[in-house]
Amino acid sequence: MATAEHKHPSYMAIFWYLAILTVLELIVVFLPFPKLTNNLLLGALAVTKAALVAMYFMHLRFEAKTLGWIAVTPLAIATLLVFVLLPDGFAVLKKTDTTQQPAATAPAKH
Amino acid sequence: MSAATVHSAVEPAEAPLTPESWGKLGMWVFLVGDAIGFGTLLAGYGAMRLTSGDWPNPYAVLGINLTALMTFLLICSSVTMVKGLEWLGKGDRTRAVQYLFFTALGGAIFVSLQAYEWSHLIHRGLHINQNPWGATLFGTSFFLVTGFHGLHVTGGVIYLLAMIRYVANRPDPAASYNAVEILGLYWHFVDLVWIMVFTFMYLF
Repeated sequence: MATAEHKHPSYMAIFWYLAILTVLELIVVFLPFPKLTNNLLLGALAVTKAALVAMYFMHLRFEAKTLGWIAVTPLAIATLLVFVLLPDGFAVLKKTDTTQQPAATAPAKH
Repeated sequence: MSAATVHSAVEPAEAPLTPESWGKLGMWVFLVGDAIGFGTLLAGYGAMRLTSGDWPNPYAVLGINLTALMTFLLICSSVTMVKGLEWLGKGDRTRAVQYLFFTALGGAIFVSLQAYEWSHLIHRGLHINQNPWGATLFGTSFFLVTGFHGLHVTGGVIYLLAMIRYVANRPDPAASYNAVEILGLYWHFVDLVWIMVFTFMYLF
């Protein structure tokens, strides 16, 4: 029978891990760290939670390894996409900076 | 012909990646595609936020108390989902149906809370094309991403209700086990996406 094939992990333990990580996220938001440190911590917590859900609730840990590689492909694509979009983002930021600067420093010349 | 005979003899009867059923592999392929959709939305959100100088502070504007509760609710519904599958595996169809019902209920409450949150924010001036706090794209991306996710939850609740009927109509619990496991994959994926949306759109 198909049901006997899965070794079931302790689902309640995973639930408590997820609940504790959520509470940690809510604490991190209000910590007086620099924004970048905060966001790195939050990102790490979110990825850990997502990994717990995929590995244990979606049984990915007990599946063929190839299925796991297929499952993480979107994460790689999304990460790549961020780096593809970053130069464009910085270019726009730079442009808005240079257009605002002359107006702020020497308004009389206009 | 001999070519056809060789082909059917070489090809295994079931997917080697998911020996239980082809349906499971099908759901994984669908979810990978859906994850690319959500990944693109979130990456696009990040790019828009970075290029807008006057992006409002999300947790100050949106508030995170209600959404933290919604996050907790989805985690709970994921637990009831795996418990439902576990009971079905043990052969207890009644308990399995009960847990699937609790899962659907959790999803329905989640969507209701989201509707409440949306109406509250719209009342305060957050619209898809304007808002009183800064960048216009803040409202656009908020409604687009949370709406797309909310539609997934709504679809999931309908899927759950249909599967409750499916399990109830089959006297042998083993006959519906694979189908419920596939349903579980979809439901946990919706939970997983919310974990990401909550972090990037509310907490960042």
